Amino acid sequence: MSNPLPAKIKRLRKRTAASNRQRMWRDVRERGIEGLLFMAAALSVLVTVGIVGVLLYESAQFFRHVSVVEFLTGTVWTPSFANPKFGILPLVSGTLLTTGVALAVALPVGTVVAIYLSEFAPFAVRELLKPMLELLSAVPTVVYGYFAIGFVAPMLQQVIPDLPTFSVLSAGLVMGIMIIPYVSSLSEDAMRSVPMLLREGSYALGANKIRTALGVVFPSALSGIGAAYILGVSRAIGETMIVAIAAGMQPKLTANPTEPAATMTAFIVQVSLGDAAHGSVEYQSIFATGLMLFLMTLTFNILGYILRRRFHQAY
Amino acid sequence: MLDSSRLILRGKRQDAIFNIIGILFTLVGIVTLAILVVDLMIDGSPRLSYQFMTSFPSRRPENAGILSAWVGTLMVISVTLATAVPIGVAAAVYLEEYAPKNWVTTLIEINISNLAGVPSIIYGLMALGLLVYQFKLGRSVLVGGLTLALLVLPIVIVATREAIRSIPGSIREAAYAAGATKWQVIRYHLIPYSMGGIATGTIIAMSRAIGETAPLITIGALAYVPFLPPPPVQSTAPFVNAEWLHSGFTVLPIQMFNWVSRPQAKFHENAAATGLVLIFFTLAINGVAMYLRYRIRKNLKW
Amino acid sequence: MSTQVTTPLNDPPRVTSELKADVRRVNFHYGERHALKNISLPVPQRSVTAMIGPSGCGKSTLLRCFNRMHDLYPGNRYEGEIILHPSNVNILSATIDPMEMRLKTGMVFQKPNPFPKSIFENVAYGLRLRRINDRKVLQEKVEQSLQAAALWDEVKDRLNHSAVKLSGGQQQRLCVARALATEPELLLLDEPTSALDPIATSKIEDMIFALKKSVTILIVTHNMEQAARIADFTAFMYLGELVEYGPTAQIFQNPKNPLTEKYLTGTFG
Repeated sequence: MSNPLPAKIKRLRKRTAASNRQRMWRDVRERGIEGLLFMAAALSVLVTVGIVGVLLYESAQFFRHVSVVEFLTGTVWTPSFANPKFGILPLVSGTLLTTGVALAVALPVGTVVAIYLSEFAPFAVRELLKPMLELLSAVPTVVYGYFAIGFVAPMLQQVIPDLPTFSVLSAGLVMGIMIIPYVSSLSEDAMRSVPMLLREGSYALGANKIRTALGVVFPSALSGIGAAYILGVSRAIGETMIVAIAAGMQPKLTANPTEPAATMTAFIVQVSLGDAAHGSVEYQSIFATGLMLFLMTLTFNILGYILRRRFHQAY
Repeated sequence: MLDSSRLILRGKRQDAIFNIIGILFTLVGIVTLAILVVDLMIDGSPRLSYQFMTSFPSRRPENAGILSAWVGTLMVISVTLATAVPIGVAAAVYLEEYAPKNWVTTLIEINISNLAGVPSIIYGLMALGLLVYQFKLGRSVLVGGLTLALLVLPIVIVATREAIRSIPGSIREAAYAAGATKWQVIRYHLIPYSMGGIATGTIIAMSRAIGETAPLITIGALAYVPFLPPPPVQSTAPFVNAEWLHSGFTVLPIQMFNWVSRPQAKFHENAAATGLVLIFFTLAINGVAMYLRYRIRKNLKW
Repeated sequence: MSTQVTTPLNDPPRVTSELKADVRRVNFHYGERHALKNISLPVPQRSVTAMIGPSGCGKSTLLRCFNRMHDLYPGNRYEGEIILHPSNVNILSATIDPMEMRLKTGMVFQKPNPFPKSIFENVAYGLRLRRINDRKVLQEKVEQSLQAAALWDEVKDRLNHSAVKLSGGQQQRLCVARALATEPELLLLDEPTSALDPIATSKIEDMIFALKKSVTILIVTHNMEQAARIADFTAFMYLGELVEYGPTAQIFQNPKNPLTEKYLTGTFG
């Protein structure tokens, strides 16, 4: 009677031991997979560290040769001259000027488009026009640059006779068109999130569509729309190819959009195309410029993030 | 007391006016895009030919072609695809399924969100300092592909996360109830169901990568490349090699940029033709992505 | 479920015999759904008419016909007439622009929906829509409306503060003031106190009681005790049909329809 039982128990023990081992391996494997996935996610942090690290390292080398004060306040940027000057203000003004022209197009047009698509357009019209508008942001920026210099500039020259081939105006206008969907898409999303209840309150008082849109919907969506605007600014500041092709490569401190001007991004491209030796001051200057660019876009990105958070908290 | 009929007429008139303004403004962008495409076609389509597609660039615009450019694009994009998709999907899966709500996760998410807003040329600077010189990988296809992969990574991550998030909880619960481990649920249930979203995100990412110029110029992709990188497949042992990864290269947008920058009008024709090729690829790819997204939205049969 | 309109127009007793509006055989369709079935109902002037009934019975749907709110959404269809007095116009007619009705009525919604503006600008919104922009006139009317809504004392020192910072009860009273500022002929209240605490609720009920001397009020309420408290006339609706209508006292003490009695005794909610 007592004999078969121990054998059964032995077999049972073996089986549970085996399955325990299996389970242990499975746990190890699961843990390992989680670790791999974590590393993939953490890569983003490494990339940021890499970007900041490279920019800071090379800029530090740069600032051994050039004083920070001259860099930040100087108004002459001539890195390839025998007696080079490194005042970044002309590049910053070039960036801000092209951005300004672009925003003068993208912000009003983008906002009106957003209001129209969100509050006025019938469903079929919206479904048709929205994807077409998104295509604008899918076109490679070199192609936009070609268009700016090949078509827009000559056209502008008909209207403004003294306009040079390269100008902030032609580059900025094309850049503005490219940025329209960035502004309109996010603004429209913000407006569509405003609850219908608020609109009904306005309509019930006897308002028409445009009064409701401007008086109630737009103010309610303000932080979301602000985030959209900031996205547009950030995109304009960081744009490279359109300005490199069409705005000219002469650093000039100017507020006149009918002149050519170089932006920070165009300068970096210019040096990269040239033969500045690795380790030279000219080489390092692109990193200092890059650092400036990075800080500017970082500031705007943070602002946009804060605005977006505020908007999502409200709705 | 209240002249309501005038108010109503005024209201209707205002709405009608804004309707028109709205459509006009919306068309501004679309019409400009149409003009751009037509302009490219007028300037460039005469130049499109077999000869154009299979010649190297040359000092004589009539003889120049985009062979090295599109081969380079293909090679670089394949590196980007092979890197960005696995890493992006893995990161998205981690963030959606494993990540606890602590500061580490917040840090990662803030980083991803921030990186999406960093200008592409900065990625080029980072790759130049780090990959080209520090890691000594040189100005190669590998570096180009990796740079673009890092650039488009946020796109893949966001698209994958949204795809995973839209899977209803009941599917997960059923899988767990059947005794699956976390990884098994992910691998055999969540990822297959997210394939549509992942594909869409990947397509959009690749479309973006094909058109990128600035970071590749920065890492030193050459503009005048009268040669092809060594082929990955060869007829002698070991039959496949990785030399092509370390080769210099050029890509379509850089070739176009190079030609646009020349004063001669004939080079501009070449640039326009290259632009047509580029637009064709990016718009076609985007069209596929839009179609996929539309089908996914219609076809969700849980 | 069979229904009848239980009060023909010539049936006593009615204190005010003049009608503000007359609902005649109204049907309403949300797309495929037949949401209101042959509703006929008088709305006496300067009194409170309550519409009660369980969720989904169509009371809000009927209310929103009065200011053509359904026109905001596609796929809706009105049939029948709502005749407004004294102009004798059919509100539901396609030839009448919805805005015309909205300029004559005021509506308060179930959830307070103040605009992201100052308290003053919220109340003045309707007036500005009617092109009344004179500062003094606005100030006078805003104060009047806030007084009528029993909110003036609480906000008179902070009229230019943001309206969204008020408490729920205050926001709802602000919405009432906003609706009153334009001196509507007809006040439409859609469960105005359902999101409020008892104190705020009683303030609003007191206000309704005072208002009905000058304004015709239609109130939808989920709370039948509220109807019993403040309404002169009550309509009981069920599944899109008007089951019974009459003076409130009669409905509550002596309901003629067994369904009404079931609802009032809480047999179904």
